[in-house]
Amino acid sequence: MAQGTLTAREGYRIRELLGREPNELELGMFSVMWSEHCSYKTSKPYLKRLPTRGPHVLQEPGENAGAVDIGNGLAAVFKMESHNHPSFIEPFQGAATGVGGILRDIFTMGARPIALLDSLRFGSPDDKKNQHIIDGVVAGISAYGNCVGVPTVGGATIFNEIYERNPLVNVFCLGIARHSHLMRSQAAGVGNQVIYIGAKTGRDGIHGATMASDSFDDESISQRPTVQVGDPFIEKLLMEASLELVKRRLLVGIQDMGAAGLTGASCEMASGAGTGIELDVEMVPRRERGMTPYEVMLSESQERMLLVVKPDCAGDVLDICTKWDLDAAVIGKVTDDGMLRICKADTVVAEMRACALTDEAPSEKRKSAPPQFQDTLQGLNDELIPLPHDCNSVLLELLGSPNLSNKAWIYEQYDFMVRTNTVIRPGSDSAVLRIKDTSTALAITVDGNPLYCLLNPYVGGVIAVAEAARNLVCSGAKPLGLTDALNFGNPERPEILWQFELVIEGISDACKFFDVPVVSGNVSFYNETNGIAVYPSPMIGMVGLIDPVERAMSQWFKDDGHVVFLLGETHDEIGGSEYVRVIHHREQGVPPRLSLETEGALHTCLLLAIEGGLVCSAHDCAEGGLAIALAESCLSRPQGPIGASITITPDFFDIRVDALLFGETQSRAIVTAESANVSELESLARDVGVPIRKIGTVGGQHLRVKSSDLRLSWIDIDVDVMYDAWMRKK
Amino acid sequence: MTFGVVVFPGSNCDHDCYDVLKRVFAQQVEFVWHKDTLLDGIDAVILPGGFSYGDYLRTGAIAQCSPIMGAVASFAERGGLVLGICNGFQILLEMGLLPGAMVRNTSLHFICRDVHIRIENSETPFTNRCETGQVLTIPIAHGEGNYFADDATLASLNAHRQVVFRYTSSQGELGSKSNPNGSCEHIAGICNRQRNVIGMMPHPERCADATLGNRDGQLLFASMIDALTARCV
Amino acid sequence: MSEVSITARVYITLKTGVVDPQGSAIEQALKSLGFDAIDGVRVGRTIEVDFVGRTKDEVAKDIFAMCERLLANPVIENYRVETIPSS
Repeated sequence: MAQGTLTAREGYRIRELLGREPNELELGMFSVMWSEHCSYKTSKPYLKRLPTRGPHVLQEPGENAGAVDIGNGLAAVFKMESHNHPSFIEPFQGAATGVGGILRDIFTMGARPIALLDSLRFGSPDDKKNQHIIDGVVAGISAYGNCVGVPTVGGATIFNEIYERNPLVNVFCLGIARHSHLMRSQAAGVGNQVIYIGAKTGRDGIHGATMASDSFDDESISQRPTVQVGDPFIEKLLMEASLELVKRRLLVGIQDMGAAGLTGASCEMASGAGTGIELDVEMVPRRERGMTPYEVMLSESQERMLLVVKPDCAGDVLDICTKWDLDAAVIGKVTDDGMLRICKADTVVAEMRACALTDEAPSEKRKSAPPQFQDTLQGLNDELIPLPHDCNSVLLELLGSPNLSNKAWIYEQYDFMVRTNTVIRPGSDSAVLRIKDTSTALAITVDGNPLYCLLNPYVGGVIAVAEAARNLVCSGAKPLGLTDALNFGNPERPEILWQFELVIEGISDACKFFDVPVVSGNVSFYNETNGIAVYPSPMIGMVGLIDPVERAMSQWFKDDGHVVFLLGETHDEIGGSEYVRVIHHREQGVPPRLSLETEGALHTCLLLAIEGGLVCSAHDCAEGGLAIALAESCLSRPQGPIGASITITPDFFDIRVDALLFGETQSRAIVTAESANVSELESLARDVGVPIRKIGTVGGQHLRVKSSDLRLSWIDIDVDVMYDAWMRKK
Repeated sequence: MTFGVVVFPGSNCDHDCYDVLKRVFAQQVEFVWHKDTLLDGIDAVILPGGFSYGDYLRTGAIAQCSPIMGAVASFAERGGLVLGICNGFQILLEMGLLPGAMVRNTSLHFICRDVHIRIENSETPFTNRCETGQVLTIPIAHGEGNYFADDATLASLNAHRQVVFRYTSSQGELGSKSNPNGSCEHIAGICNRQRNVIGMMPHPERCADATLGNRDGQLLFASMIDALTARCV
Repeated sequence: MSEVSITARVYITLKTGVVDPQGSAIEQALKSLGFDAIDGVRVGRTIEVDFVGRTKDEVAKDIFAMCERLLANPVIENYRVETIPSS
């Protein structure tokens, strides 16, 4: 039975709200709406700490997606969302319907989706079972996104054994809308009609939301039937029809039927407007015969929307649906009594105040405490890590490791060019899309290092935001806003809630410092199997503005003779690095520290340098450290790899050589400049207080890193050899 | 002169073709809805890329049943210029306006990347601005672009110089390494014997704008405009 | 009185000589599972069409026309039809 996930206290509260015993349908509706997935009952008080306002913000959290002003009367509407549990049970359909859901969140806002990015976490790609999940997820995103015609322009994929039984599939979508076309999901206007459009309702996915509010055990595999099947073709028609309805101003409100299906859409629309809704389940287009009201109200069939329309517009709305070959039906009306009333023809089969399902969902106060293992995790004695004998082989091993190797085998399965806006393609610090009919472009990135978050959740949260902002700035963009998808274990365990609390604090402090508000987001708890939780995995999707588009900057070295600079200080830090993880097989240590002031100065410096036309490339120095950042700058050039000669002066290598080459000190970037601009760049950096170090020149067939007195040579590898290591498939 | 871009349910590259012709080439261009039955006032037809009808059954198969396709067939028969790009090429094959068929890429994956194609015949209304042997850099984005035709059809295509583009290296050399999808004889695009109907898997509309860093695709649209201008004179 | 309904089942297969990347991939996978006595795998598809109010002969005529015009692509595919009376 459905009420399985309600607590006794919640059951009591339902009886109190109704003033009577609920029937089976009502219980099912409460159970799904009061699930963690729909009600955010645990996370809500914490999320309130995030800054959500700013001069650019047009829509804060609370609608289907957030929106920021990007000039020219246009808004960027974006959100990131997880689809983790369904993707573990059925990787292809789970990931595909994840794409479908986030697309609908964007076009219900009245925005045309122009970009998807995916943030994925898997177990080791060398394991057969994981391969099945990885291949399925990538194929699912590819099949759905490509067919709908929205380009997948970037993403981030991290492999770690911890995700073996709990892969994370988070999809980000961004759309563009005129300010005046931004829609709300509200059922305003008593007497207005409630219209259902899209795919017919079937018995699929009943109680998906409650499934997402539960941990996995070995039985979960048998949950396969509750996974929904996506139809990207219907989604495409639904998208075009919805955008046409918005453009012709025929809608009062519009809401996607996502988690909790028709129940969720109807109670949210009514409570959002302070109205009521009366529905007749008999009028709902159905795919199967003999469906009960329970099944109709709780089905999570995909590609469906609920519209609220003035009676005199209903005819035009139905005509547009016919034009796009979509099913559409008037299924109810907006009332003034605040009730959500479900009828089957003339009989009322469920009745409750709409806000009892939404705003009045009980919140859950739980205990939080650091895990006992936290000290052990941070206690890495650097002296026990032997210095590398052969830095060449370390670099090649890192370049070929799953997390640092090239991801073309993933992104080439996605159409990243359709709609012809992609100025900078996947494989640079961020994706850049021009906005047609304006001079501007948007840069988008998704980031989050789960290992840092495990070792120090607060610092991990700060770095996730700082790195995202750094990636945008390296692309020439000024950050405008972000969306966060927060993936954690079971919050009923104090140590998980502790991680959650600190990560939010980190994100919040960094957002406030950089003045980048959180405009939308998603929380996914219960990512754990047999009591083993994923690492705290916040994913930050950040959006920035480039004006004019010609300022868009890419990460790769451009040409022979360009001078290479390192911006920022390098510290003796190896804790939590990919180097320690891959080469020394330890996930331990103190993650790199980060000073927000230092980071902020770097961003100012990069933006001014790009604005002044002083640099030819800019690349964030992140996972894998200086050596990997240099290698990526050599290898990612579209015309083919190019070498560089780097020399290090003695004052620079008074730290461990592995920290110098592979340490992950934050707030650094590699830029290149033509020799004519060198002195101007150096004085700019000094003026804004960013340490700048000339470290070499671009050119040749090798990447060489040696000491300035030529006595020490750490790296000397043919770029073609590096390229082969980096292109390792999976 | 006016270009018509046919919009099927599931067309995705319709706006991209429209945008290039309108904004880059300042041409008259109209969307033609698949439920229409007339092509009045249209001088050239573009069947754009995408997933018409979800590519259900076979890629391009259901689109041939759309009401507009009768008009497209007679337009082609009268000598009108028809350019099918990607899904548009698949539709032309399914309609029988071009010979052969598409099967899945040998990798079984959708592939999106830049490839090189060599102009095999510059004496068509779509390639008159190119030189035979010239190599273009152009994007592909498809899961079923593996062109198949039996030996007799291939012999006839070659005999009548109907192969317009082949996949090559950047230097114009043929080889399996530069064939992205397994196509017979590295074929990337073909035309009919009359030269007025062409189908190609690569996307010229995706590389026809300086902001996107590659303008090789402009050659094809410029060729069409030249050919149409010559006809109007 | 209920109408007689007939289901036509169409089996569509790739012609010999047409490359079948899906079939080859499945063949490889089967061999890697130890099924080594395999001399080729071909992937096809099945389509069921439910008719109502048509005689068996009429169904046969219709379904062949459907195959020729839409369901199969004669350039690369063969097809075979069977009809099954249903309820």
